[in-house]
Amino acid sequence: MADTHAGHHDDHPQVGHVVPVWILTAVWITLMVLTLLTVVLAQLNFGPFDLLIAMGIATVKATLVCLFFMHLYWDKPINSAFFLASFAFVFLFVSMAIADTGQYKDAVEARQVDVPVVLHPDEAPAP
Amino acid sequence: MATPVDVSQPSETSAPAEDHGHDHPAHLAHHFESPQQQFYSGKLGMWLFLVQEVLFFSGLFCAYAVYRANHPEVFQYAHQFLSVQWGGLNTAVLIFSSFTMALGVRAAQKSQQGLLVGCLAITIACGFVFMGVKYVEYKEKWQHGLLWGTLYNPEEHGEHGGEHGAVAHDDTDHGADSHGEDAGSAAAGHDETTAHDEEGGEAAANADSAEDTATEGAGEAPAAAEGTATDAAVPITPATAKGSELAPPGSAPSGTVPAEVRVEAGEHPPEPKNVHIFFGIYFAMTGLHGLHVVVGIGVLGWILKRAMAGEFSSDYFTPVDLVGLYWHLVDLVWIYLFPLLYLIN
Repeated sequence: MADTHAGHHDDHPQVGHVVPVWILTAVWITLMVLTLLTVVLAQLNFGPFDLLIAMGIATVKATLVCLFFMHLYWDKPINSAFFLASFAFVFLFVSMAIADTGQYKDAVEARQVDVPVVLHPDEAPAP
Repeated sequence: MATPVDVSQPSETSAPAEDHGHDHPAHLAHHFESPQQQFYSGKLGMWLFLVQEVLFFSGLFCAYAVYRANHPEVFQYAHQFLSVQWGGLNTAVLIFSSFTMALGVRAAQKSQQGLLVGCLAITIACGFVFMGVKYVEYKEKWQHGLLWGTLYNPEEHGEHGGEHGAVAHDDTDHGADSHGEDAGSAAAGHDETTAHDEEGGEAAANADSAEDTATEGAGEAPAAAEGTATDAAVPITPATAKGSELAPPGSAPSGTVPAEVRVEAGEHPPEPKNVHIFFGIYFAMTGLHGLHVVVGIGVLGWILKRAMAGEFSSDYFTPVDLVGLYWHLVDLVWIYLFPLLYLIN
């Protein structure tokens, strides 16, 4: 993709893609607006959707950074493939861990009720 | 001596003296066919490193996810000690530095030496600003005893000292000695045991909360707090405490005071157990991220030095590009850390 530019101009690189300034600026402004948006939305209460909204906005921001600041939009697809694969594994990792901990959550909590957490055993007053 | 081969190191090492007789750009290592191949190989290598970075951070994100899934109340309580202003400022600083980094890569690609140096310098400066803000934040946490594990002792410090601290220290004789800060936690644990015994266990968390609020309210004179204290006293009876447990927190079941009301009445919400684990996660995540910023400042400084020596041009800008990728990844991590740590509702 990027090679199509080769040799057009002295200042043009043989490799990579020169991203126009207006795209970089637009991405930067969008990122700032989204940051403001996520801060504002965090003041409101959407109940269970709070986290979903915050993570959604963060993912849009991350995607913008990846595509344009990190050139993935113009890059060889293999780089995107590797990077996305890492998130697939993170998803597996985190979701399995949460599913697992959910399985014995009740048992742990039932136990914790009777066993107070004492940070400093030596200092604990006699029962 | 075409030594094998630091891809990022151009010129001198691959001097033409005992070369293979064909002419190629000074920056092209001899095991690559073309600058294109070298560029794309380097880039793929960098992306593989970034993949590793993502997996590296994912361990901490996983710890966060598991603990928040099981103990949302800890996060709701503890995030109020993080300043959205500072966090937001740092977000803006990092995003701006990513922008200048991207502009820097563009300048390198177009052989705009002065612009490249300027962009790199601004990016580095942003890194320092970020770390400066982090220092202010960390120092504040340190002063208030908002730390990990056994170092978590907010009772000893600041505004909290007047509330929880006073109550806790009355129960023990450690108030004045050097272990005074530990006594608070231990006494709190003891209080909880008593509460559990009385309430029969299940409703204990709610009752604890109510007790905390009540004592805080009593400790502080204002009229607003007094109303809170009486309201909060309601859920102490087992019946109401049971009722409140059936409904999700914050949904204002009849007969109990929803958390928001107590907050609005000028109170800190009652402190749940194990808040120190939030700060453990907070310091581990922001600490590892901060370490990456420091390393980023280091490699950017190295790139800046080479840029000032005029090593980069449209023919050869790979190191700028790859360090840029790393810097953007640091930004990416923060884009997730900011809402996860600072913006909990």
